[in-house]
Amino acid sequence: MRAGALPKLLLSPSVLLVLVCVYGYIMFTIYLSFTSSTLMPSYEWAGTTSYQRLFAQENWHVALSNLWVFASLYIGVAVVLGLGFAILIDQHIRAEGAFRSIFLYPMALSFIVTGTAWKWLLDPGVGLEHTMHDLGWESFAFGWIKDSDMAIYCVIIAAVWQTTGFVMALFLAGLRGVDAEQISAARVDGARTWQIYLHIIIPQLGPVFVSAFVILAHMAIKSYDLVIALTNGGPGRSTWLPSVFMYQYSFTRNEMAIGAASAVMMLAAIGLVVLPYLFSEMRKVKNG
Amino acid sequence: MRRKLIATVLAGAFGFAGTSLAADNSVEVLHWWTSGGEAAALNVLKANLEKQGVTWNDMPVAGGGGEAAMTAVRARVTAGNPPTAVQMLGFDILDWGKQGVVADLNAVAAKEGWDKTVPAALQKFSKYNGKWIAAPVNVHSTNWVWANKEVLAKAGVTSEPKSWDEFIAAAEKVQKAGFIAIAHGGQPWQDATIFDGVVMSTGGVDYYRKAFIDLDAKAINSPTTEKVFQRMSQIRKLVDKDFSGRDWNVASGMVISGKAGFQIMGDWAKGEFLNAKKVPGKDFLCFRMPGTQGTVSFNSDQFVMFKVGSDKAAAQAKLASAIMDPGFQSAFNVVKGSVPARTDVPDTAFDACGKKGMKDLAEANKNNTLVGSIAHGHAVPASIKNAIYDVVTRHFNGQLDDKKAVAALASAVKQ
Repeated sequence: MRAGALPKLLLSPSVLLVLVCVYGYIMFTIYLSFTSSTLMPSYEWAGTTSYQRLFAQENWHVALSNLWVFASLYIGVAVVLGLGFAILIDQHIRAEGAFRSIFLYPMALSFIVTGTAWKWLLDPGVGLEHTMHDLGWESFAFGWIKDSDMAIYCVIIAAVWQTTGFVMALFLAGLRGVDAEQISAARVDGARTWQIYLHIIIPQLGPVFVSAFVILAHMAIKSYDLVIALTNGGPGRSTWLPSVFMYQYSFTRNEMAIGAASAVMMLAAIGLVVLPYLFSEMRKVKNG
Repeated sequence: MRRKLIATVLAGAFGFAGTSLAADNSVEVLHWWTSGGEAAALNVLKANLEKQGVTWNDMPVAGGGGEAAMTAVRARVTAGNPPTAVQMLGFDILDWGKQGVVADLNAVAAKEGWDKTVPAALQKFSKYNGKWIAAPVNVHSTNWVWANKEVLAKAGVTSEPKSWDEFIAAAEKVQKAGFIAIAHGGQPWQDATIFDGVVMSTGGVDYYRKAFIDLDAKAINSPTTEKVFQRMSQIRKLVDKDFSGRDWNVASGMVISGKAGFQIMGDWAKGEFLNAKKVPGKDFLCFRMPGTQGTVSFNSDQFVMFKVGSDKAAAQAKLASAIMDPGFQSAFNVVKGSVPARTDVPDTAFDACGKKGMKDLAEANKNNTLVGSIAHGHAVPASIKNAIYDVVTRHFNGQLDDKKAVAALASAVKQ
């Protein structure tokens, strides 16, 4: 089929905008990370100094280890819960649509709203703990958000709450896509429902798992608003993520070069997750 | 050169550069004073200028510490169209001075004798390379303690604590009487605000200067620093368990409502007490952090004047001189809770705490005991200030013990 000039013409402004405003600024950031920029961008070449200084910052290591805890638990729990809910809804329960909406709706909120709501809910002075005390359960204690060792789990709880519904929707679509005849055949052979899920359906969901992982992983790496609204990085520095580090160093500490270097590291991390996925998708298209 | 080129291109592209060539009798002022009292105080300045025929274009950028405002300034300067004046703090002013984008106020300053009336410690930030680049509006100081008189009476604390040990003993009495001893919000800058006073109280003004302004390694690695952290641990035991993440004004509210006895906070806290219709001396007490009497750790809001076209220079000079006008400084600071940035303003309009603040400032200026606040960016530049925050906050949250905190501090300030 001969494509007309019209589609290309209409696409070109947006291509140009994306090239400049996304890829152009990525290049600019990479360049900045090799300069001695402080308060304002400077164009003086400084080699890898800012990377050396970045890796010498204890704050960066705190942010990385927090990211590791956050990302692994967030992805793990969201996938397990999402799959669980999807399987339950897949049982052709009554009011399926209602349940689906209930679980999916948190996704409609922005992270800043989720963060603020959970901040109030988890605050021992006004939230859950306070309510329990009012109801007469005096010994109830839940002060994780005020505890440097546990605060990061509060971020995980809020993030999981936000995205589980979305993961569920992904899995539900995957589950419904499995060939019904295989399932009927298994039933005729006398397999129980859990056996059917475990041995027939879930093994076929590989691509859904990969999609869920890629989406959640890049959300975890770029998480910023949730942490800022929920704990503002505190108590102390205990809920800093690389994105918080990047903002702090670029804009409040006048260390733009280090901030840029940390942004480049985050980009590289996202690249590590997304690029293999893109390549495998492209190969599929070519072969398919 | 290249920066200028980029700025011009950006400015052209976004149409910022289209200003008229005739004398422009307007000023654009970027600030983050958006709360009711602050905005009212700024209106005094605005009215003064309008009497002289200068139009005031307000550019408020909300957000307490001015982080958002600084981001806005960056964008405007990059675009080649800076505002006439920008509210700024401490080392940020000098950093901007280094960028070569600020105006020269020496003509106005010489005519009005700023050199004689503004404390020397403040001038360090208002001048760059011998040129006045900013007009200071106020002096806040951080080594204050605010106390609820009724709570103290109930707890049996009858006199103002004069020394550190007396202060701790008084706070423990308050705690035993069933109140929160010290109301505190666990945000890094608030932890550091307490740190200001503790450092001063523990080591005196010489140690404060040596360790936290000159960053002398020997002073930082001394037993005095360890004692500072031990005292921070003492305070840690006297705050309630939910202190983390609380805003400073919520903590002030706890003292006002009689839930807590003391708050260690800068003099902006006074505004909260006055807003709640409390009377200094009768309902609440204000005193210097015990052991720091006679010294003042300050931070000062200043309006940095940016380089503007020659058509706007006259209006800019009028703005600068209106800011330094004693009448405005008095009217503004009565509302803001701080004290005037010049030492020749009469204290008649101020309340008891304000009068004390002005007396302390003049005295500290004379005795050379006026030092920049560590917590508020007037002792060291932003990068080191934040490195100190990191250590103080981690220690206050129990992630570092007293000894390790000293070592962490020593390595933090070295960068």
